[in-house]
Amino acid sequence: MAMKTSVEKFNDRVDKGLQDSFMRGAVSSAQERFQTRRLGAAEELGNWEEWRSHGEEIRQHVLDNLDYYLFELSENVSKRGGHVYFAQTAEEATSYIQNVVEKKNAKKIVKSKSMVTEEINLNAGLEKLGCEVIETDLGEYILQVGDHEPPSHIVVPALHKNKEQIRDVFKEKQGYKKTEKPEELALHAREKLRQEYLTADVGITGCNFAIAETGSITLVTNEGNADLVAALPKTQITVMGMERLVPTFEEMEVLVSLLTRSAVGQKLTSYITTLTGPKEGGDVDGPEEFHLVIVDNGRSDILGGEFQPILQCIRCAACVNACPVYRHVGGHSYGSIYSGPVGAVLSPLLGGYDDYKELPYASTLCGACTEACPVKIPLHELLHKHRQVIVEKEGRSPVSEKLLMKAFGLGASSPAMYKIGSKMASPVMSPFTNGNKISKGPGPLKAWTEAREFPAPNKERFRDWFKNRPKGGEQS
Amino acid sequence: MNGMIQNRNVFLDKIANRLGRDRKTIVKRPEWAYHPQDEVLKNATQDELVDVLKEQCKNIHTDFVITNTAKLSDSLKEVVNRYGGGPVITWKDERFDQYGLTKLMKEEWPQDGVDLHVWNYTKKEENIEKANVANVGITISDITLAESGTAVLFSSKDKGRTVSFLPATSIIIIPKSSIVPRMTQAARIIREKVKSGEQVASCINFITGPSNSADIEMILVVGVHGPIKATYIVVEDL
Repeated sequence: MAMKTSVEKFNDRVDKGLQDSFMRGAVSSAQERFQTRRLGAAEELGNWEEWRSHGEEIRQHVLDNLDYYLFELSENVSKRGGHVYFAQTAEEATSYIQNVVEKKNAKKIVKSKSMVTEEINLNAGLEKLGCEVIETDLGEYILQVGDHEPPSHIVVPALHKNKEQIRDVFKEKQGYKKTEKPEELALHAREKLRQEYLTADVGITGCNFAIAETGSITLVTNEGNADLVAALPKTQITVMGMERLVPTFEEMEVLVSLLTRSAVGQKLTSYITTLTGPKEGGDVDGPEEFHLVIVDNGRSDILGGEFQPILQCIRCAACVNACPVYRHVGGHSYGSIYSGPVGAVLSPLLGGYDDYKELPYASTLCGACTEACPVKIPLHELLHKHRQVIVEKEGRSPVSEKLLMKAFGLGASSPAMYKIGSKMASPVMSPFTNGNKISKGPGPLKAWTEAREFPAPNKERFRDWFKNRPKGGEQS
Repeated sequence: MNGMIQNRNVFLDKIANRLGRDRKTIVKRPEWAYHPQDEVLKNATQDELVDVLKEQCKNIHTDFVITNTAKLSDSLKEVVNRYGGGPVITWKDERFDQYGLTKLMKEEWPQDGVDLHVWNYTKKEENIEKANVANVGITISDITLAESGTAVLFSSKDKGRTVSFLPATSIIIIPKSSIVPRMTQAARIIREKVKSGEQVASCINFITGPSNSADIEMILVVGVHGPIKATYIVVEDL
């Protein structure tokens, strides 16, 4: 799938999310568990703020010198016999990979989780060649077997599905006969996928961090699937977003420490693997041929501008897990493979405002994301910047906001109008109030009150209260 | 032979352009302002690190055994039995001999009917077939991280990557001398090797317990693609 995951309108996607009670329960309990674990891991480590500052300085240094480090990386990959392809667009990346696959006459391709390959719609490009493409991350495998559903969370792609639904997917598509116990479901996937690794012609991985000094790539998983994808097929293709690199092993270590704690609250995940080039003389396992595809696809346009800090992102999803909006609407509402606050900042930049102009507004600007971010991306400020750009440069903002602002502008533009308006507010709204809350508002308030209550206007206006109050210091 | 590099200049020129400057050809790795990693388990003794490792094993679903070289053979035999016996696959590694495991591997296991395959690169794919059907894979940690409970394995022609991935269970022998506080020290050791001109291994695995997943309803399942169970055997080699 491409970055865009839905053709439905934003409001329709949100409605669907709000109505999916299993998903909402799953998301809120996942958020709570992730949050607790992340905070626990940070506290156990100690000096968390210093760790975040260190993560930030590393990421900023790399972005400021990105051309240099990418050059060094490519030199060192090449020295170890790996091929490097710099792809400016999704199409360039896909067609290079298609070429490699065709040259190898490959029929079966195993993949480990990679957001950037989703972003460039790689699977469709490979399936077009007649290849069978198999996702090996358990969550992604479930979604793929279930008719290529989009992921709803960066770290836990199938978070929106319950175990009964997963059992039914396996049953319907693969003749699975056991129960909905997670152990049995996982064992089924293990047996199926083991055969796939052993018979695949090409393995495709993402890249958590490339290491410039050694020409290595780093893969972070708990399942070990990326390791089998990289160890067994004869050809390995690794696809990385161009900003995902560090100078040396020492910086990789710091960012991995931040990533695993922020993503899942673990000190390290079960498997952190650094791979350098194809296998060496005499090695039995590992690929004979290694290709690194470095993808721009809109990232360079973000560099050097006010949104550059979003490129510091290490894809841990801590912001997603902290976000009160994501909690209510779920991942599919964002209409992008990148959901939550990071998705709301990144999707409009990579995919354009036409498709994603609503996302910066799907935020309360509460700043929980910024606080959670292990590399100190000022996420809520970037969301606010998006709104400024949308209103100022693009001259557009959501209709309801426009109406509200217009009405407020009119009402607040003269003292007389304001006086009348504020005087009328209480009686006009009284049919909609319930105690001192409005739970079913009319007009522009409707969208707001569908999700939460709006405080009813005070019966006594501030101006009246001010006029009637005892003079300063006087006791009544 | 060097690999091909394609489209590099136009790609990097665009980046430099966006950053509002010419391409950079020299960048010194900065003196970082923050060093929080140096504070973790600072000044811990080797025995304290063993305790930290032991405690962490509880979090990572890994059995912890500590023994000395004289008793290692018995400990290993016992864990393999507990896992249901062979087939066993190991690296070809002289440290097995140094740790007094020759008798177990060459005499006792064959007598007990425990099938053992020692990685032999001249046999190529056969090694992978053996690893795929093995019940136990045995490796030795090169560097061990106390904080996270992680064994660091460097691949080579004698040390196949899949020995620690394909078998149903995994036993990693951990020389006590290999234990360091955390990944920081491992990264520095690796960098020192690189700086002294040594070629970094084509695969370095940082392994922390058995494979697992919480992708189904966030419920932890231990044993997904890799080993289902894991044991660390710490050997007092100091």
